[in-house]
Amino acid sequence: MTQNPTIEAKGLHLTFETNDGPVHALQDVNLEINKGDFVSFIGPSGCGKTTFLRCIAGLEAPTSGEIYVNRMTPDEARRARAYGYVFQAAGLYQWRTIGGNIRLPLEIMGFSKSEMSERVDRVLDLVDLSGFDKKFPWQLSGGMQQRASIARALAFDADILLMDEPFGALDEIVRDHLNEQLLQLWARTQKTIGFVTHSIPEAVYLSTKIVVMSPRPGRISDVIESTLPKERPLEIRDSPEFIAIAQRVRDGLRAGHAHV
Amino acid sequence: MKSILPVLTVIAAVLLIWVVAVVPMNVHLTADQAQRDGALVMPDTPIARKEVSGFVLALKNPHLVPLTYFGKRPNLPSPHQVAAEMFNTIFGKKITSKRSLVYHGWVTLAPTLLGFVIGTFLGVLLAVGIVFSRVMDKSVMPWAIVSQTIPILALAPMIIVVLGAAGVHGVLPKSVIAAYLSFFPVVVGMVKGLRSPDHMQLDLLRTYSTNNNQGFWKLRLPSSTPYLFASLKIGISASLIGTIVAELPTGAKAGFGARMLVGDQYGQPILSWAALFAAALTAAALVGIISLIERGTLRKMGMKLA
Repeated sequence: MTQNPTIEAKGLHLTFETNDGPVHALQDVNLEINKGDFVSFIGPSGCGKTTFLRCIAGLEAPTSGEIYVNRMTPDEARRARAYGYVFQAAGLYQWRTIGGNIRLPLEIMGFSKSEMSERVDRVLDLVDLSGFDKKFPWQLSGGMQQRASIARALAFDADILLMDEPFGALDEIVRDHLNEQLLQLWARTQKTIGFVTHSIPEAVYLSTKIVVMSPRPGRISDVIESTLPKERPLEIRDSPEFIAIAQRVRDGLRAGHAHV
Repeated sequence: MKSILPVLTVIAAVLLIWVVAVVPMNVHLTADQAQRDGALVMPDTPIARKEVSGFVLALKNPHLVPLTYFGKRPNLPSPHQVAAEMFNTIFGKKITSKRSLVYHGWVTLAPTLLGFVIGTFLGVLLAVGIVFSRVMDKSVMPWAIVSQTIPILALAPMIIVVLGAAGVHGVLPKSVIAAYLSFFPVVVGMVKGLRSPDHMQLDLLRTYSTNNNQGFWKLRLPSSTPYLFASLKIGISASLIGTIVAELPTGAKAGFGARMLVGDQYGQPILSWAALFAAALTAAALVGIISLIERGTLRKMGMKLA
């Protein structure tokens, strides 16, 4: 029985025209992401990992090739509220409370008042921020703000969560903690997650599938299916299996560089 | 209360410079008067005295120094003379009297406030247009900038005359000039404020398929609030200056501007200085009120005050 992939890219190219000539941000990207996958995109800056994520979200239009999200074009998928997007910075509105920030997409999408408050409570609980809905962003730590922004992305029940280096600006300890929480959240919600990172341990720890990318032109150099079990305590990072996968990711990154 | 000390220091320094300057500025006049009253003055003719500087004259005639502070028509009034005149004309007269500074203050304040409201409204409207329409950005913005390069002192009488010919009198012509000066900082500040959301925040709204209208009310307008208040503070003082300028060259009979002009024309500098200080205090009060509203609004919006 073959299942349609949740996200499917076929021969995707994207070229930015700049003053210094064309920049090939993506070249011949082919990828399938299945429902419930946790896919990490890893690579040095300029490899197109963020650009690819933005293509999935319809924030960038590919120059050629095809991309489908839930068997729709990215624009259609966005209008069908297929995904929630988490950016590198939490980007919470300073003039709204945490609850108000989570209500933002719900207001725009026209949910009823009662449903809004029910959803705010639910997603705040999912990211372990219950009771913080009346606080303003500046009253929260950086890690808590980022959790609130994840809650905001979850509020309207999209199946797909796209995360662009969401923990990149946080320190290592907070990051470990959030990675653990993210895995629990993923297990509870069964979402399909696309996750951009430049940290090898983070990618290996979180993912069921690791997409290694390399720059100039931006392309996929390796796709690694993780053999780690779904249940992943932080200590798994010391296991030989984990180290072997990390090694393969590192090799992929190095091969990409040698090509340049 | 830590901020009080530097403020008091500056005020004390200004007062000191002022008090010292009074002596050389007024000593020639004082010497002439003292000589007429029979006092001995060195050198002993007004023409000879013209040859020496104020400082030298004061040093040669130390007995004149105290008198420089009490001249009836001094070149530079001393602080206590200005303070006494202000006290007298603010508290000592009925506020309906033509000699009351409160009366003149209100004559200036009314068009200032009306002009400020018109200018702010126009400024916000133009800024919204400029942010949402490329055509307006290219066409209106240069004119807004050009408008501020024309000397308002030259423009004010023309506007008053043209409006007067069209049958518009009273508060409105002055308000037009006040609005003319106050709309510009509002345009500039609001354009910057409405454009202040970064790419990430705009992208976030795109992921919700937000339309322009929602983006304006939910993101751009709230983001611009701190910018708006900064502009309003400049705008309201520009508005007051506009009104005073409108009163100066047009033979206005009342208002701070008229009062300053009367003082100059009839050789009563104390009057001009009192009006000048009253205008400055009014401007400070207006800016202070806007600061208070800013504080309240931003706190209510949950923003940390910068």
